[in-house]
Amino acid sequence: MDNIIEFKEWFIKNFNAFEESLNGENTPLLHRVRKEAFKNFNELSFPTVKDEEWRFTNISPLLKYNFTLPSEDFKISDELVNKFLLNEIESNILIFVNGKFSEKNSKLLNLPEGTIVGSISDAMKNNPEIIDKYFGKYASYSNQIFTALSTAFTKDGAFVYVPDSKIVEDPIHIIFITTASEKKIIIQPRNLFIASKNSQVTIIEHFVSENDNIYFTNAVTEIVAEENAIIDHYKLQEESKNAFHIARVEIDQKRSSNFTSHSISTGGVITRNDINAHFNGEGGECTLNGLFLLEDKQLFDAHTLIDHATPLCNSHEHYKGILDDSSRGVFNGKVLVRQDAQKTNAFQKNNNILLSNNALVNTKPQLEIFADDVKCSHGATIGQIDEEAKFYLKSRGIGEKAANAILIHAFASDVIKSMKIDSVRNYLEDILSKRFNQ
Amino acid sequence: MLEVKNLHVSINGNKILKGINLTINAGEIHAIMGPNGSGKSTLAQALAGREEYVVTDGEVFYNGENLLELSPEDRARKGLFLAFQYPVEIPGVSNVNLLKTALNEIRKFHDEEELDAIDFLNLIKDKMKLVDLDESFLKRSVNEGFSGGEKKRNEIFQMAVLNPKLAILDETDSGLDIDALKVVANGVNKLKSKDNATIIVTHYQRLLDYIIPDFVHVLYDGKIVKSGGKELAFELEEKGYEWLKNGEEKVVTG
Ligand SMILES: Nc1ncnc2c1ncn2[C@@H]1O[C@H](COP(=O)(O)OP(=O)(O)O)[C@@H](O)[C@H]1O
Ligand SMILES: [Mg+2]
Repeated sequence: MDNIIEFKEWFIKNFNAFEESLNGENTPLLHRVRKEAFKNFNELSFPTVKDEEWRFTNISPLLKYNFTLPSEDFKISDELVNKFLLNEIESNILIFVNGKFSEKNSKLLNLPEGTIVGSISDAMKNNPEIIDKYFGKYASYSNQIFTALSTAFTKDGAFVYVPDSKIVEDPIHIIFITTASEKKIIIQPRNLFIASKNSQVTIIEHFVSENDNIYFTNAVTEIVAEENAIIDHYKLQEESKNAFHIARVEIDQKRSSNFTSHSISTGGVITRNDINAHFNGEGGECTLNGLFLLEDKQLFDAHTLIDHATPLCNSHEHYKGILDDSSRGVFNGKVLVRQDAQKTNAFQKNNNILLSNNALVNTKPQLEIFADDVKCSHGATIGQIDEEAKFYLKSRGIGEKAANAILIHAFASDVIKSMKIDSVRNYLEDILSKRFNQ
Repeated sequence: MLEVKNLHVSINGNKILKGINLTINAGEIHAIMGPNGSGKSTLAQALAGREEYVVTDGEVFYNGENLLELSPEDRARKGLFLAFQYPVEIPGVSNVNLLKTALNEIRKFHDEEELDAIDFLNLIKDKMKLVDLDESFLKRSVNEGFSGGEKKRNEIFQMAVLNPKLAILDETDSGLDIDALKVVANGVNKLKSKDNATIIVTHYQRLLDYIIPDFVHVLYDGKIVKSGGKELAFELEEKGYEWLKNGEEKVVTG
């Protein structure tokens, strides 16, 4: 039997080799950031269920594996890519294969002048001034070990920069594909999305896999909405049912910006999503919606934070969970209204439906309010399929399966309807139909 | 068409129906009357196959088949329809989606092709006229936020679309103003044919001014204590349900 190298040791041993393998992606600033992050990674320990923020999410199964960095250049077919397209007429597609940008599979047809869309490693070479201004500024790597790991080993990821007053009409669909491979690999997409003043963009982060391999995705996304910018962000996580997925999205919202996020999760054996939105100017709008569909022994954990640091901002949050078999869900939604954040409106809801007696949800809304002139509400429910409604449907000739499908669909419908992009909605409707009809 | 023999039904161990006998032939309209709590809805729900309503004794044959062995959906697919006394609200499911799924599930059961979109739309538009419902109604969630009258009309609308052989209307008249009552009665009368039958469960005689039953049965404390022609309804109206107690005694002593 192989010597099992301890999870952390492996990365420590390989850091120098990794840094040496970099070429253009290494500006002096990035080098410093990586070094710092690596130092933090070295010093921090992995969270256990004794940490309040990880109480219900035991990651020890993840730490049992030795993951390695993907080394080869993988080629994938267009057929594989096509499986994950939202429709045939998408104009902006970025493909990452095992974490590495694949220009060959990507296309960018409809972007306004000055917009930069591509890989972050290219941006590090070609646009160091933008990278130096934004990279690593929002996802702090000082106290979060997975972010420290990602930052230390940053090599590739998606980069979107929309200049002032430009409107990107067609969504940018970023697909992270993990291919079948012998080795258990770790992929660490590191994304940076910037919408400059008065600009608008729709970005879809889409995580998929070729088969049901065991691997580890450790994703970090930093998003900046400058003054009056509008960002519509989607995350579709339908990875291998054996994959580990740990992801963090940090959003910085300037004055009068509008950020919307829809986080849809169906894959992964253990998935942890942290989404943290920070209002750093008056008049901001933030919507965080989510839908997770779990089965078997999947564990999904959504930790969200909406930080009302400035007055006159509105936030809306609605997460819904559908849990079957022995799956487990965690929703921890923190809304922080700081002392200066007067005239805040913050609304949060979390509704869950359990399709099996063995499924379980831990839901914890956390409102911390230090201002007095605010409107805030939150509510959480955990329920089952409504048997009366089901009997009503059956009494109209609708069978058990179809009746369940209809009611599950209905449960999810308000989150689905709140998504602005038709193609994403339809894609999700298809996932639901496939899961529950037949 | 329907033969109910000595039907006993319990809910949560409480005996509600205590030996119902009822025979219904194609082309007939039967009215079942009785005071609140006598078991009318229990009979209706038990016939539709609601699981909580446990049949402890007796048999039910529907077109010669043992109805009690069929799932609720198969009963519906074979032409049984229940208009609920309290139609269920289902947020997030549109009326049109419910009807389309129901029709296609029923057709699939009979090895028929699914209806195409145009035929389906023509069918439902046609039937909507019957109950005077607006087209915007199709997109609304099933019964959600509907007024009492809208809910009842929706039941009749569904019945019209699904075109059942045996329809059971459970107090479809309750809470309706006279105009809505006429709409409902008109719907039922238009759908009547020599091949189908209707059971009208009602608390009041009023509906029977518009729908003429062939038979009237009086249900009291889980038993049919009196059966007769439509004149029985008038008699009931006149003498009130108090009179039933005597009727029951008559049965016992006679
Ligand atoms: N779900 C139920 N659980 C317990 N008891 C019930 C339930 N439904 C009806 N009952 C009881 O059964 C009896 C008959 O009720 P029901 O059939 O609704 O009468 P009706 O329709 O004639 O007014 C009543 O005593 C009622 O309280
Ligand atoms: Mg009743």
